Amino acid sequence: MSVDATTVRRIAHLARIAVSDAEVPHLQGELNAMLAFVEQLSEVNIDGVEPMTSVTPMEMKKRADVVNDGEIADDIVRNAPDTTDHFFLVPKVVE
Amino acid sequence: MTDLTSLTIAEAREGLASKSFTAVELTDAHLAAIEAARVLNAYVLETPDRAREMAKAADEKIVKGEGGPLAGIPLGIKDLFATRDIRTTACSKILGNFIPPYESTVTSQLWRDGAVLLGKLNNDEFAMGSSNETSCFGPVTNPWRREGSNTTLVPGGSSGGSASAVAALLCMGATATDTGGSIRQPAAFTATVGIKPTYGRCSRWGIVAFASSLDQAGPIARTTRDAAILMRSMAGHDPKDTTSVDIAVPDYEAAIGKSVKGMKIGIPREYRLDGMPAEIEKLWSEGAQWLKAAGAELVEVSLPHTKYALPAYYIVAPAEASSNLARYDGVRYGLREPARNIIEMYENSRADGFGDEVRRRVLIGTYVLSAGYYDAYYLRAQKVRTLIKKDFEDCFAKGVNAILTPATPSAAFGIGEKGGADPVEMYLNDIFTVTVNMAGLPGIAVPAGKDTQGLPLGLQLIGRPFDEETLFSLGEVIEQAAGRFAAPRWW
Repeated sequence: MSVDATTVRRIAHLARIAVSDAEVPHLQGELNAMLAFVEQLSEVNIDGVEPMTSVTPMEMKKRADVVNDGEIADDIVRNAPDTTDHFFLVPKVVE
Repeated sequence: MTDLTSLTIAEAREGLASKSFTAVELTDAHLAAIEAARVLNAYVLETPDRAREMAKAADEKIVKGEGGPLAGIPLGIKDLFATRDIRTTACSKILGNFIPPYESTVTSQLWRDGAVLLGKLNNDEFAMGSSNETSCFGPVTNPWRREGSNTTLVPGGSSGGSASAVAALLCMGATATDTGGSIRQPAAFTATVGIKPTYGRCSRWGIVAFASSLDQAGPIARTTRDAAILMRSMAGHDPKDTTSVDIAVPDYEAAIGKSVKGMKIGIPREYRLDGMPAEIEKLWSEGAQWLKAAGAELVEVSLPHTKYALPAYYIVAPAEASSNLARYDGVRYGLREPARNIIEMYENSRADGFGDEVRRRVLIGTYVLSAGYYDAYYLRAQKVRTLIKKDFEDCFAKGVNAILTPATPSAAFGIGEKGGADPVEMYLNDIFTVTVNMAGLPGIAVPAGKDTQGLPLGLQLIGRPFDEETLFSLGEVIEQAAGRFAAPRWW
């Protein structure tokens, strides 16, 4: 399989990364090189094979359903580019 | 005092205990060495004030006889580990001035045991790379050079700063992380020892995430013993990482010097690649003979799905990365580019903040997870991963204790030499190491010799899950046989 220019633009939008028209041919070439490389997986017989979902066989740990953290609003917003009163500010979303 | 930097951790520990020198003197010697080696670009942030403070505190504890296992040992920390109140960037522009209000579990355990923070070490952006050339702080220089040449070589990656700093005596040991070979490949390129522990052995909490089912932290040091000393402090159960395993941490150092007599060492025929340089082949058989001479038994083994590990990795790792890196949206932390609406703000911030390699992987990861392609790529890769793991399980079930392979297909290469036209050329560096991540196993790289140009080469030992001790025992045998390698100082 390979990707065309339209697909490159669609993936970039899905990934929320702006891509200029001038960059598309180059990216298309790189992505197709990677896809050509992984193509060899199609020759592996995977009939009846379970996909790996856990690297080490272990039961999912669950913690007690209690409040064990919090009251750190200053820490949470400390690295944000734009905040007011412990809220994150973003460009207007609702008209 | 500069000769203090050439001590091993084990030697420094002894010197501190016998009051031959103080932790402050040891730290000062390293701070001076770092200052004189800025041309290597190994550190992206030096923290001399913090280092002296921590060293002073260590001295006070040592005097009272309360020093921990790493009291006063100066370390470098890969910039992927969050350090409280100290800038942590993953060497990405998108995290430009991120100051974590928390400490990663692994580093917090090092400080608990008395270690000293010298600074943050360079790495490939978000640990994506095999040469440390994708860092937003620029490439790292390998202290090793080809004999009679001034060509600047890469230290490998992604833990290139860690490997370069340890090899150039700019710290006694360093933390690193390994997703496809990022500890072992740079260790091999710089004649240092690097171990990627079993998945789940070290907590991932507070380490900038790349591919969560593959990422694992481990140390880079100058000897197998030093790596074992660091591992004991770094490993352990952490309730904050659900994949962290609740198994007691052994005294890894006790495995150093332990007999390997009667151990079965697998030599996998699939690792003998077409066109493999003769010197790699020679190194590999030499290593096997050293283990045999120490009483181990060599057995040829087969890992039939080896060649599919790298392509499967280049589906699984980018897929997980595209998901993990979705958090960089210019809202809660990191770079924000102005825009007319929120979607454009995301798109512009991410376009400006991510470098080329990261962007490439996020795009391919997004593609293989997108509707209509998930089964063909991601699901298939996860099934192939099951087969890769089964290859190893079958091998261990036959009584094999560890598997010996080359660590890398070549010695260190020049900056700008690889991956320019085709990204896959760079990816092939991890051909021997990536299988280990796919199967979640432990793997150690140990310096074993030099190529014809005088550059270091390493061997890799792959172990059973949670049997790092056997790797330390076998690694020590190779180290004793091969000797230690120090880069001649030119900087």
